[in-house]
Formats: sequence, structure tokens, C-alpha cells
Amino acid sequence: MSEMTCEQLVELVTDYLEDALTPQARRRFERHTALCPGCEVYLDQIRVTIAEVGRLTPERLAPAARDRLVEAFRGWAADERR
Amino acid sequence: MVESGTTLEHDADLVTGLRARDETVFTHLVDRWGPTMQRAARGHVSTDAVAEEVVQDTWLAVLRGIDRFEGRSSLRTWVFRILANTAKTRGVREQRTIPMSSLLGEGGPTVGADRFRGEGEDYPGGWKQFPAGWPADGSGEHRVLGAEVGGVVSSALAELPARQRSVVALRDLHGLEAEEVCELLELTPGNQRVLLHRGRALVRLRLEDHFGAAARWGATP
Repeated sequence: MSEMTCEQLVELVTDYLEDALTPQARRRFERHTALCPGCEVYLDQIRVTIAEVGRLTPERLAPAARDRLVEAFRGWAADERR
Repeated sequence: MVESGTTLEHDADLVTGLRARDETVFTHLVDRWGPTMQRAARGHVSTDAVAEEVVQDTWLAVLRGIDRFEGRSSLRTWVFRILANTAKTRGVREQRTIPMSSLLGEGGPTVGADRFRGEGEDYPGGWKQFPAGWPADGSGEHRVLGAEVGGVVSSALAELPARQRSVVALRDLHGLEAEEVCELLELTPGNQRVLLHRGRALVRLRLEDHFGAAARWGATP
């Protein structure tokens, strides 16, 4: 079986990180990154990218939307007590 | 009551609180799950405003159904399932049923073919030039890039097609598992991975552009 090229490897990075490769493909992937500095850097940068997305602050609900929800809650609570 | 954030971790307490019409329990849940729900809804419908309505409708359905909630799944799973159904219905009504092939985005490679050696060259499919390293602080698992990349990362996310953005944000920012994202966005595991892959690759590319530009600026006398 032919070895995995760099061009093929970069498209398999997510499947690798998600543990969705066959054991055989996983071995080929790991053999390649162990020997190829370019793909090692690429894989590493994808990991850094994931971590950087994780450092963003999740958007909050818009205050007006939150107010409407609380209002809806109060309406429901009052209705149910009647 | 919400007390130092420790008492509300148990579903039973949350359900009891909602049934007792305890507003603090409700707002706690809205603040905790609302942003994730908004992000997931946005993967089904075309605008933030409609996504907001979906979230609103979901909470109303949750309140109306809470007395019948049997606890066979976790409260969060139940709420997210109602959200997925509400959002899907709304998306269908918007006639936003786009074939999955186009939802997955362009089918081209995530790293440009010009970065690799061609067929006639030595090592076809190998890097012409290895990607340049990025300046990171710290080491191992704890490496971080400079604070300025936050802006680069959020504009890259904003640039992504809606479904890719939803998947990347739900997985990498909101910290959801792949299965949860599949359920919320009605995706097969394979399609979830494709969207995640394309989205992450674009964010990486924008970081690379940023550091490439930074290196060029740095080299300018």
C-alpha cells in the first residue's frame, strides 16, 4: 500500500482527532507525522486553532431577548397559578 | 435558589425549581444554555432574529412540558431535543431546505493545491514549503498565541458558512460532544466531521495569514 502524502494527510486531520480513522489509516497517519516536520507542524497548528477558538468568550444572549424570556416566564408562572 | 453555583447541578433540583415557578432557576438555565441554544438554532435558520424566536419558543415549550418531564433523559438533552425540533420546523417553514451537498460547502481541498508538489516533481503531494511555525507562549498543552489573535479567530468564525460556524462554535467554543452537535443540527457523524474540518481549516488559514503578515511587517526595516 502506498504511503499517505502530505496533501492527503491534511484532509484527514479532523478524522484523526475525532478518532474516526480505521486502525490501519491511523497507523499510516501517525507514521507520516512522525517523519514529516511539515505535517507535524500542521497538525499542531490545528490543535492550537481549536484551543484558540475555545479561548473566545461565548456570545451572550441579547439583553432584550433575555428580558423577553423572563417576561414569558412570569406570564407562564402567573397563568399556571390561576 | 441559586447559591454559589453549587446547588443547581442536579437535574432533580432544576426540574423541581422550574415546577415551583422559581425564576432564579429559570434565568440560571437561560444564561447557562441560552448561548449554546442560540448558536444551534442559527445552524437551522437564516437570521439571528429568527434564531432568537426559536430559542424563545423552545423555552415556552419547555415550561409547558416541564410538569410532564419524566427524567428519562437529562434535562439538558430534553431541552436540546425540543430546540432541535423547533428549529428544524422553523427552518423548513423558511423553505431553507438546501441540499446537504451545498451545506457542506465547496468540495475543494482545505489546504491549497499550490502548497504541494505536483505529479511530475519529486515527492508528489508533499509540501513545497513546510508551514511556518507560530509564535506561542508556554509549552505543551498550555501553549497560547498572543491576545491579539482573538480578533483574528472571531472574524474567521464570522466568515464561515452558517452550518460550519455552528459546528465549530458548538464543538470548540461551547465544548459540546460530537453526538450532541449531530442531534442539535440533525447531522450524520460524517457530515458533522466534514463541517468541523472545513471550518477549523479556515480558522487555521486565517491565523497563518495573520502570522505571515506579522512576519513580513516584522522584517520591514
